[in-house]
Amino acid sequence: MSGQHKILLLDDDQDLLELYREMLGRLPSRPLIYVATSGARAISLLESEPFALLISDLNMPRMDGLQVLTIVRRKFPHLRTAVMTSVVDPQFRARAYAMGVDLFLEKPNTSQEVNFFMDCIESLLGREVDGGFRGVQSKSLVDIIQLECLSQSSSLLKITNGPVVGKIWFQNGEVIDAETQDLKAEEAFRKILSWRTGAFEILPPEPVRTRTIFTSYQGLLLETAQALDEAQAAPEMAGELPPPEEGGGPPAQAESPLARLAKFNGVEFVIKVPPDTLQFECWGAENPDRIASWVRQSAQRFRTLGDHLQAGQLNQLEGTGPQWSLALASREGTELCVGFSRSMSQELVRETMSKVVAQWVS
Amino acid sequence: MGFLSFRSKPREAEVTSALVRLPSGSCTVDPSGKVVASTLPRAFPGVLVAEITPAVLTTFQAAREAQMPLTEIVADYSALKLTARELRGGAIIFLAPRSLGQR
Repeated sequence: MSGQHKILLLDDDQDLLELYREMLGRLPSRPLIYVATSGARAISLLESEPFALLISDLNMPRMDGLQVLTIVRRKFPHLRTAVMTSVVDPQFRARAYAMGVDLFLEKPNTSQEVNFFMDCIESLLGREVDGGFRGVQSKSLVDIIQLECLSQSSSLLKITNGPVVGKIWFQNGEVIDAETQDLKAEEAFRKILSWRTGAFEILPPEPVRTRTIFTSYQGLLLETAQALDEAQAAPEMAGELPPPEEGGGPPAQAESPLARLAKFNGVEFVIKVPPDTLQFECWGAENPDRIASWVRQSAQRFRTLGDHLQAGQLNQLEGTGPQWSLALASREGTELCVGFSRSMSQELVRETMSKVVAQWVS
Repeated sequence: MGFLSFRSKPREAEVTSALVRLPSGSCTVDPSGKVVASTLPRAFPGVLVAEITPAVLTTFQAAREAQMPLTEIVADYSALKLTARELRGGAIIFLAPRSLGQR
């Protein structure tokens, strides 16, 4: 019994729950079906034992489906979630996907729709069985690529690293193409492998994809590992043996990570505010204490507001003033605030901020 | 599957009001946070408007105190874009829901 998936069904209609329990119990993978008639009970059940999938209705009294999903996404980020509803409003579909649900389904009304619904749920459970990479925090990208190659897969590996997306195409266990931002082929592959964290998604292979990489995957991984080692060793070497300054001045200090972010055109200052501490890092700001405090409080305030509005994740917070334009981004609880020259247009600020964030997360 | 049709559709229609659509529109608030003009739908709960306005006004106020006054704030959520412009201590707030695939 322990190998069986557990599905939690949440709907305020007891009769419908029984109907879906019976339907889903007949899936080929024979999952165990649990039911809850309220969001509070569903969350209690999720806390008490592990589930493979939560299927939630949207329209429910007291705590509606979006509220439940907001809480579930925070407390159980790796749980697969599906919405099953009769609300056909595209806005709710968009909001549900913005909250990270895996499937948004209309409640089935015909036998064809029931079959489609059952196939979707079985496929979602299958993804769990087949592995996927969601929540596999301890595996590096190299591990993932090796797994794809060793299993002779043909697939598209999509890696999301903050705002940047990278793609690696596999054909019969060989890496055939890669791209990210403006880079293509091996250059893109090396760039993607330099990322330390990210979210993975395995997508079906594209039937027609021109091969641009002809090196074996072992060769690619070896070359990339060497390049990364050299890149890491270079600053360490520079730190040990600083180059002599012209005119006999003091040796140059190692460049801080924030200084590197500040090299983008138009950046006036950068402040990094970690969570749960009053400490922060700063480059170029005149009154960093006050700005850091504003960043911490404003980000928290708008994040809480977003939760209450059920508006999804706060991607970015921007401010424009007579002195500067500001942009705030967050990653794993740490806030990054970048001040830009006031002369920059909003579009240019956004474009530059996305480059700064890409550099920050990589 | 007539049974399913009978069970699900009418029930959902009856309780659709339980879910709140993200509104499209704007509202103007004075420095005390009182809404003086609004084009937000009536269906959008006042309690949520009452959460938005202090968040915006406090952020403008805190920015002034941090010696970096702001005239505009944009909060970019996955499903909503909130834009607020400072108006002599008050603010005009624009809300625009995002559709699927929209950046």
